[in-house]
Formats: sequence, C-alpha cells, structure tokens
Amino acid sequence: MQVHRVSRQYVIRKLLIMIPSLLGISIVLFSLLAMAPGDPFDELATNPAVPPEVRAALRAKFGLDDPVWMRYWHWLIALLQGDWGFSFVSRMDVSTLIMQRLPVTLVVIGASQILAIAVAIPVGVLAATRPYSLFDQIANTFAFIGFSLPTFFTGLVLILVFSIQLDWLPFVYRADISATGWEFYWEHIKQSIMPVTVLGLFQGAALVRFVRSSVLDVIRLDYVTTARSKGIGERKVITRHVVRNALIPVVTLVALQMPIVFSGAVVTEQIFRVPGIGSLLITSMLSNDTPVVMGVTFVSACLVVIFNLIADILYGWLDPRIAYR
Amino acid sequence: MAEPLLDIRGLKTWFKTEDGMVRAVDGVDLHIDSGETLGVVGESGCGKTVTARSVLKLIDMPPGRFEAGQILWKGRDLIPLEASEMNSIRAKEIAIIFQEPMTSLNPVYTVGDQIAEVIELHQKLSRKQALVAAAEMLRLVNIPNPQRRVHDYPHQFSGGMRQRVMIAMALSCQPKLLIADEPTTALDVTIQAQILELMQEMKDRFGMAIMLITHAMGVVAETCQRVTVMYAGLVVEEAPVEALFGNPRHPYTQGLIRSIPRVDRSAAKKQRLEAIAGTVPNMLEPPPGCRFAARCKFAMDICNQGIPPLKEVGTGHFVRCVL
Repeated sequence: MQVHRVSRQYVIRKLLIMIPSLLGISIVLFSLLAMAPGDPFDELATNPAVPPEVRAALRAKFGLDDPVWMRYWHWLIALLQGDWGFSFVSRMDVSTLIMQRLPVTLVVIGASQILAIAVAIPVGVLAATRPYSLFDQIANTFAFIGFSLPTFFTGLVLILVFSIQLDWLPFVYRADISATGWEFYWEHIKQSIMPVTVLGLFQGAALVRFVRSSVLDVIRLDYVTTARSKGIGERKVITRHVVRNALIPVVTLVALQMPIVFSGAVVTEQIFRVPGIGSLLITSMLSNDTPVVMGVTFVSACLVVIFNLIADILYGWLDPRIAYR
Repeated sequence: MAEPLLDIRGLKTWFKTEDGMVRAVDGVDLHIDSGETLGVVGESGCGKTVTARSVLKLIDMPPGRFEAGQILWKGRDLIPLEASEMNSIRAKEIAIIFQEPMTSLNPVYTVGDQIAEVIELHQKLSRKQALVAAAEMLRLVNIPNPQRRVHDYPHQFSGGMRQRVMIAMALSCQPKLLIADEPTTALDVTIQAQILELMQEMKDRFGMAIMLITHAMGVVAETCQRVTVMYAGLVVEEAPVEALFGNPRHPYTQGLIRSIPRVDRSAAKKQRLEAIAGTVPNMLEPPPGCRFAARCKFAMDICNQGIPPLKEVGTGHFVRCVL
C-alpha cells in the first residue's frame, strides 16, 4: 500500500527543536563537570617538582579560575568554530580522539540495534499472533532470560565459550588489523560478532516483549476485524493492518532506549576491549581529562538527540495523524 | 418457496472463558431471502452481534467456537469452509459494516487505499483502476469532492462520513448481502437518518439483501420487511414487520414495542416510558426453561420446564412462547 510523504515543514520543525535541546544538554553537562571534584591539573599538586605558583599560573592561563558561565561561553564559542578542546593527558585535540573512536562505537551499536530489531519484530509478531502457544512460551522464556542477564555476564560467558574453549573468535578487539582486502573485513566481522551479539540480544529481548504486547493491543482493534472482513487473508491482515500500526509505539521505545544502549555499550566495550568512545570515556574520567569527558558525553548526547529526530521522522512516516498536525 | 440466500439453522456460538462456557448464541434460526431487509432486534448482550460475526466467521477462535448448527449460504454450509474459501466470500458476497465508524478504519492508510484494497483483490483490477473505482464508490455514497477525498486519511472525516466510507467499502464488490451491525448507534440522530436513507438507496441500486442489526425499534419499522427478535441467544419471535408491530405475540416483543418513546403520548401526559424490568440472564448457566420467564409478567410453571419451540401463529409469523 501507498506510504504517505512526511511534510518538509514537519522535518524542519523537528530540526529546529534540536537546537535548544542540545544547548540545554551542554549547559547541564558543563555545570555538572564543573561541580565535580578534580581537574586536569590536580595531578600536578602531588608532583613535588611543580611549585604551587606554577600550578596556579597554569590554571589562570587556561582559564580554570574563571566563573563557570564564562568558561562555558568560551567552550561553546570554540565548539561552534570546530574546536572541541585539548586533551591534557593524551596531548591531542579532543576532536581527533573522538573521531578515532566514534566509528567503532557507531558500527557496534548500529549493528546491534539492527540485530535487535531484526530478531524482535518477527519473533514478537509471531508470538502475538499465536498467544500462549508453544512458540509464544519459548519466545517469552528466552526474552525473560535475555533481559534478566546483564551484558557483562553474557559477555564473559561468550568469551569463555567461543574464545577460550572453542577458540573461534578473538576476545580482544583490535583496531590495528594489518591484513588487507577481504581478510581485513573478515577479521573485523569476527571480532565484532560477540560484542554485537551481546548488545543486540539484550536489546532484542526487551523489544520482543514490547512488540508482542503492542501487536496484541492492535490485533483486537475494530479496524483489524474490518480488514478480516475484506477477505484479504490472515497474513496480509497481520502485515498490512497490524504490524505497521503496532510499530508506532515500538519506534518510541527504540528511540527512548538509545541512552541505555549507549551506557550498555560502555560496559560492553570494556569487556571486549573495544576501542570505542565508551572506553575513551572511562579512561578519560579516571585520568581527570575533563575536556575529553565533556566532548564524549556531548557527542553521545548529540547522537541520542539525532536518534530521537530519526524516531520523530519515522513516527510521522508511520502515522499520518502526526505529520499533518 | 425458493431457497433463501442465507439460512442459519440452530447456530450455537459459544465462548470459553475462565468462568466456563458463555452461550452467546444458543440455537439461532433465521433466514434472509435475496433483496429483502431483515431486522434483527434485541437488547445489548442478546447475541445479535455474535450471530452477525459468525456468518462471516469473524469470531476469534479460540475462545469462540461453533458448538452446533449450520450457516447455509446459497445452500452451502460456511462453517466447515477453509480460510481461503471463506476469504473469497467475504466482501465479495457478504459484506459487513460495524457500529463504530470512528475505529473501524485503519488510521494509517488513506480511505482510498482501504477501499481499493478490496476492489483490487476481488475484481482483479490494478491498484490505479481500483483507486478510480474507489473514488466512484465515494461519489455514490454522497461524499463531496470524491476525487480529492479518496487521498485523505480517516481522521480527516467525521463519524457520519466515515460510516459512508465503510458503506462504500462494503458495497464496492456488489455483495449479495450486507450485514449492518448497529450502523447508526454511534451517530447522532440527523446523521442516523441520512445513513439509513443511504443504505436504502444503495439497496435499491445494487439489489442486495440487508441484515440490519439494531436495538432501535423505530429504525426497524421504517426499513425492514421482516423482523427477527432475539433474546438471550435465541430467536423468540420472527414476523413480517406489519405483523410484528400490529400483533406482537411474545411478551418480550410487546415490551420492546411499548418501550419506544412516543412524542405524542409521553410528553403531553407526562407518562413514564415503559421499560422491561430486570436484565438479560447470565449466559454461563441459562435457565432451563423460557429464558424470558424471570422477567415475564405472564410467566407460569410450565415456562420453567424446557425451552418452548418456535410455533407458527400466522403467515411467516413464528413465536417461541407457550401463550
């Protein structure tokens, strides 16, 4: 059946709303980090070779003694000019550091979300069309197990089985693969399988339950009976008249879960040593590398906002009642 | 006599619930001839809707199941039919419209798409031709500006207009029977009259039969040739419309007719509207005898000893009462 077009006005409106939300998020993040104890020069305090006057001079030079709002203002102006700050620990631009790590995280998170959705929609729909059948009960049981087990546990189990016992997959994610051509991709796929599976199935398990209940809600609505009375056959009734409507709340859930996915990725990246922004965040936090912490959290915030925008557009596409308003 | 178009014989549609079997339809007999309008009346919960949905097998199974009986469509029993055979009858030969036009259309597709879906399937037309035919159907049901409205979504239509869309969809394959399950109950009075008039007009145009389910006796008097009165999952009286209103035989029918508000009487004389006391019996364990006995002012001992049979009291006039 025909799918309607989302109006350009709707998309532009949603894009404009992103600006104040990002500003608000950056203010909150910046203030929180300013309130947190410790800054990049704390380490110098314990270093006897650095006299306190030098430390004070450094702080003054980098503007750390300025009031918070002034520091934020400097940070924002610099950011708008493409300058994300400088990492005192790695002695690199924050943007370079993030750009090194971001693609890996995006690939892992993207692939795991695709896996989660690809598993959850068919399983959830099938389970809902045969409620309380054997398939439904098996799917429910696995979904329960799936989202009850934390990723750090399933991750370790997978490593134990597939890396240590069977020795099929590498358990440390390497960014410096020297192979070329097909082998390069093959190595990347091999080392991504476990992190993607762990994250994807964890997300997928929660989604299965949600898709199932959403389909069950839709399947008893009047227009589904209307669709049945047309004689188009049960399969088309489900795919055309049930699934699309049932997906509308699922899109919300997927978008709302993005922050959880990011924090899940932080844990998973630690287990599999994936050099993504999650592990960058943790190392920079441990070393009081405030500009990097600010940069990484702001990038994650941007990604979450962008995913919400995508969800809004999908929403308008799935449900004409929204895009017309 | 010619074979009726639809002949329901002893139909029992029961539902399994946690409390036991609910005998929603418990032995219904009714028939409809080609081109006639049959009214099916009775209060809420008496099994009218379940009977209607049973005809198209739109009952969820489980929990529902056909316990007994036959649904003969042009002499062929629909109950044992495969899903695919049933689908070739749905919309093409028997169409249905529902009580709630606000929720009966899928909100995410244009009305044109939803009408064209039926036409495409049963008349083997291309999507483009089907959309043209859909616009034509919208014109027939008096929706202004059909060429443009065909691309609108259900939320852009009012309740009455949506019921017109439902009628357009139901009639798009020229079915032989239209089942209208309380088509005007959810609409306000002026719109009700328009929808009934439209159904009459469409009937004259396409020559189909109508099974009009309602609890409004006034609607029945105006539109139907024959009436079947249902009570607690059973037919209690069946008669041509004049006989039913002129000489109602079952105490329940008499009560229904007396409960029609009459402007000339009640308002002027400040009379109270007459109601039938009590409620429909619990269909988990219906009483063994006449199901109306508990509310009937003529009830006798014999009424509680077995369900009375339908007996003929006039030409085409049957009643399930010992009186």
